[in-house]
Amino acid sequence: MVNNSVSDLIRLSATALSAKLRAGDVTSVQAVQAHLDRIAEVDGALNAFLHVNAEEALAVAAEVDAIRAAGGAEAEALHPLAGVPIAIKDLIVTKGQPTTAASKMLEGWMSPYDATVIEKIRAAKLPMLGKTNLDEFAMGSSTEHSAYGVTRNPWNLNRIPGGSGGGSAAAVASFEAPLALGTDTGGSIRQPGAVTGTVGVKPTYGGVSRYGAIAMASSLDQIGPVSRTVLDSAYLQELIGGHDPKDSTSLPKALEGLVAAAEAGATGDLKGLRIGVVKELQGEGYQAGVQARFEESLELLKGAGAEIVEVSCPNLKYALGAYYLIMPSEVSSNLAKFDGVRFGKRVLPESGPMTIERVMGSTRAAGFGDEVKRRIILGTYALSAGYYDAYYGSAQKVRTLIQRDFAAAFEQADVLVSPTAPTVAFELGENDNDPLAMYLNDVATIPANLAGIPGITVPGGLSEDLPVGIQFLAPAFEDARVYRAGAALEALLEKSWGHTLISQAPAIDSASIAPKA
Amino acid sequence: MSAISREDLVHLAQLAHIEMSGAELDKMTGELGVIVDAIASVSEVASSDIPATSHPIPLTNVLREDVVGQTLSIDEVLLNAPDSDSDRFRVPAILDGE
Repeated sequence: MVNNSVSDLIRLSATALSAKLRAGDVTSVQAVQAHLDRIAEVDGALNAFLHVNAEEALAVAAEVDAIRAAGGAEAEALHPLAGVPIAIKDLIVTKGQPTTAASKMLEGWMSPYDATVIEKIRAAKLPMLGKTNLDEFAMGSSTEHSAYGVTRNPWNLNRIPGGSGGGSAAAVASFEAPLALGTDTGGSIRQPGAVTGTVGVKPTYGGVSRYGAIAMASSLDQIGPVSRTVLDSAYLQELIGGHDPKDSTSLPKALEGLVAAAEAGATGDLKGLRIGVVKELQGEGYQAGVQARFEESLELLKGAGAEIVEVSCPNLKYALGAYYLIMPSEVSSNLAKFDGVRFGKRVLPESGPMTIERVMGSTRAAGFGDEVKRRIILGTYALSAGYYDAYYGSAQKVRTLIQRDFAAAFEQADVLVSPTAPTVAFELGENDNDPLAMYLNDVATIPANLAGIPGITVPGGLSEDLPVGIQFLAPAFEDARVYRAGAALEALLEKSWGHTLISQAPAIDSASIAPKA
Repeated sequence: MSAISREDLVHLAQLAHIEMSGAELDKMTGELGVIVDAIASVSEVASSDIPATSHPIPLTNVLREDVVGQTLSIDEVLLNAPDSDSDRFRVPAILDGE
């Protein structure tokens, strides 16, 4: 074996690591151990992991190594990503590891079953490094709403890593894991990807089974990949995607050609591709540095042969409003099951009559954090008699209008492009007392969830030494297009810089953490 | 029109089964007012001729064969229960005064 230092191994993309594993240059045990060492080294500062699954990960790695060493049909049949470690957002249930959804409500809860995506990961023999932090029940854009402490952005430890999937994004950005799973209800894969300089994809609604993802808003939720390269996400989505009879919203046909599309895109040739710039998803409200990186990306895309057209989606200005009615309404229903009866926390009232109703009230008061309570109450309000038509009903109509806007835009363009988030990562605590300001972070990502279409974020450069993300959107079922466009922009930018963006991330130094004011 | 009063909030918290302290009610009344004002604009464009979308990719008649599949054992189901008694979840009194 060539002398692979730990720092080399953890910096490899999943695809590059997979090639080394198959060539016998390194073993999966070495790769997993290198990532566990990295977690031990930096996670005290980052808090990306809520649980580290070292023993099982090493055992799976050893199993893959043994199969490879023995050779033959079984080794031939191994999935290309076999032996490549992965981190799992702690909203996805796993046997043998705790699943908390970053809530006190599920402290100590052990799922009696695996999510479908976890079954697929086990079958393909990717060692699971552990469970990553998130905003409680995936509600937030900063991972500050975790009941188990904030996760810090590897680029600047005093900034948010985005949310809700800040743990998965920070783990991948800090080389704790080459791959991770996320969930995206309004941007929870893409916005953390943007602010940590990583890649994240929200597949077409139904493209990846949600069975075993703790439901937040069922008409919006989607599981997807998190990685450092577009090609890695394509491999991971092909692994976890496909029809699942356990999810009644699962698409009957698997979305295919994702890896091929990423490889085609990486050649940097975009001749014939029409890219629509969404007028409403740029300009006012977007930081100057974000807008500048966005415009530079457009120039590169044009130079690669793409035709840039401006499109307008006038109803997107109502998307945030519709989302903050539909999502809490579905939240209030989905989270009704956390009542202290069958699983999870139970808290008894301190005084007064001991009825089940009062036990539920005390349990939910103690088990849920402020943001979760706020959304449950908002949803209860939006669904209550006298308001249902004005709020929930209107929001569902806005959803139709947004779908129509996108359909019209996709008549003129094959993919749409925008900044992924309006700002770079904000400071921890900055939006503590202003929930509405936090909600605005997702203004460019929410429309894809409302319409069910696929979206990707790729690193687009730096502003104020912090990453900026560029988002591509495609029509439903056309996930391959976002991989092609994303891989092309990634290749064009890396060529123009002479390096990857993530290679510019500073060393993680816990001494840089500002003392709490 | 959209103001949520503290009284409304007390009622909503009851419906949602979340006990709230006086301080929590005060804080959330203000926050919800701001949020509701910001999102109420959806009713501006939602005219009666626009159909509602409840599901982004509509699938109809999602059915499966009516056969018994794998289920969890009673032990697995009760493993995470806060309290149980002879194969059942155990809860405090369901009705007042009993």
